[in-house]
Amino acid sequence: MRIGILAVQGAFAEHEQMLESLGAEHFQIRQKKDLNVPFDGLILPGGESTVMGKLLRELDLFEPLNLLIKKGFPVFGTCAGLLLLAQKISNDDRTYFGSMALTAKRNAYGRQLGSFEANAEFKDVGNVPMIFIRAPYIEEVLDNTQILSKVDRNIVAAKQGNQLVTAFHPELTNNTSVHEHFLKIVMEHKS
Amino acid sequence: MGNNRYTLNKELAQMLKGGVIMDVTTPEQAKIAEEAGACAVMALERIPADIRTVGGVSRMSDPSMVKGIQSSVSIPVMAKVRIGHFTEAQILQALEIDYIDESEVLSPADDKYHIDKTQFNVPFVCGAKDLGEALRRISEGASMIRTKGEPGTGDIVQAVRHMRMMTNEIRRIQSMRQDELYQTTKELMVSFDLIKFVHENGKLPVVNFAAGGIATPADAALMMLLGAEGVFVGSGIFKSGNPAKRAAAIVKAVTNFNDAVLLAKLSEDLGEAMVGINEQEIELLMAERGK
Repeated sequence: MRIGILAVQGAFAEHEQMLESLGAEHFQIRQKKDLNVPFDGLILPGGESTVMGKLLRELDLFEPLNLLIKKGFPVFGTCAGLLLLAQKISNDDRTYFGSMALTAKRNAYGRQLGSFEANAEFKDVGNVPMIFIRAPYIEEVLDNTQILSKVDRNIVAAKQGNQLVTAFHPELTNNTSVHEHFLKIVMEHKS
Repeated sequence: MGNNRYTLNKELAQMLKGGVIMDVTTPEQAKIAEEAGACAVMALERIPADIRTVGGVSRMSDPSMVKGIQSSVSIPVMAKVRIGHFTEAQILQALEIDYIDESEVLSPADDKYHIDKTQFNVPFVCGAKDLGEALRRISEGASMIRTKGEPGTGDIVQAVRHMRMMTNEIRRIQSMRQDELYQTTKELMVSFDLIKFVHENGKLPVVNFAAGGIATPADAALMMLLGAEGVFVGSGIFKSGNPAKRAAAIVKAVTNFNDAVLLAKLSEDLGEAMVGINEQEIELLMAERGK
């Protein structure tokens, strides 16, 4: 099992460490030629969605990844990664892959002073520590998108098919359970 | 500042990694920077090159100008305060700024003490030209470090010197015996736990960017290859012939700093780079402010 991590900007190294600790193979995706190796799952990390969205297009990564995601390839987006997958962002005209039937709100908790930590129940996973950094949340889910977790009535994790998103950063904690959950999705898709 | 607030502040810097933070003086420039792929902007009234030309005392920016920039972009907004000027920092905190740069680019307000950054909830980034300065700023509460370089010159030599100095000292400490570490705390004037962290991890406990003199995509890539986790570009963009194009090229150079073929393409037809001045020609060494 090999996971590609989008590494054009942001906290991709933290996801590498997480996968490392779980014994999953991984590699960085910085430009189109990096996609020439076979892989089984994709991680879209935290960072700035505007930067990643722009670089995805300009480094010719958007189309090939879009095709994969639309075909049901397992993908896990954290924070900015969630925004890249959202069908709609209520306070931003931009959309990117737009593959997940949900509406997200960008910088939903305000500026850095609004960043916070929490602990909450995550469906099928249990209680997990959550770190929110200038984070978005999900205002509503549509179609068959499933809510996995809520903090203060706001949706902070969801799943649709093989797509998993969190508004928080599991990669910044020592708790590997959300990543394990994603690897399970990858494994099931592979077999 | 609670422990958890400091961790959250370090973590915001982690999200900026692999990105370019650009100096902007107007909402229009901030938008150009955001469109070009900046991961954050630094709001200031005059970019360092102009501070050099105009001279005089340079201070924190007008809050209305900072607010104008905050409302024009969706990415994090940073702003500078004078070294030691904790009132300016309180004002920026009241504006809910995302990051404060306690910066040698402005005229120092205190020639002895830096701001006690542990008293704030907003994060601070500070400049350093060697490991000792970096660790001292961290012990005062900085949650991100950048090289000082020599701002407003377009000359990369000082940023290179500072980054090499830091990584060099980190490697030296990594290879030390435990008993040698104690002596190092005296040399660098920092606590043992910080030295021990560097010894065990081979890096700073916070994110480390390059700043001061970056003018081309090649400069940015060079700094990444020397160990920077991202770059600040000040005068280099809006003092050049085609700011939008140069900014976008620098962003891509930071992502693909290892690909010379791509760097060659990115460096084509960027128009005039900022003229710049060599370090021998400058009268004011900003990097000497605040140790």
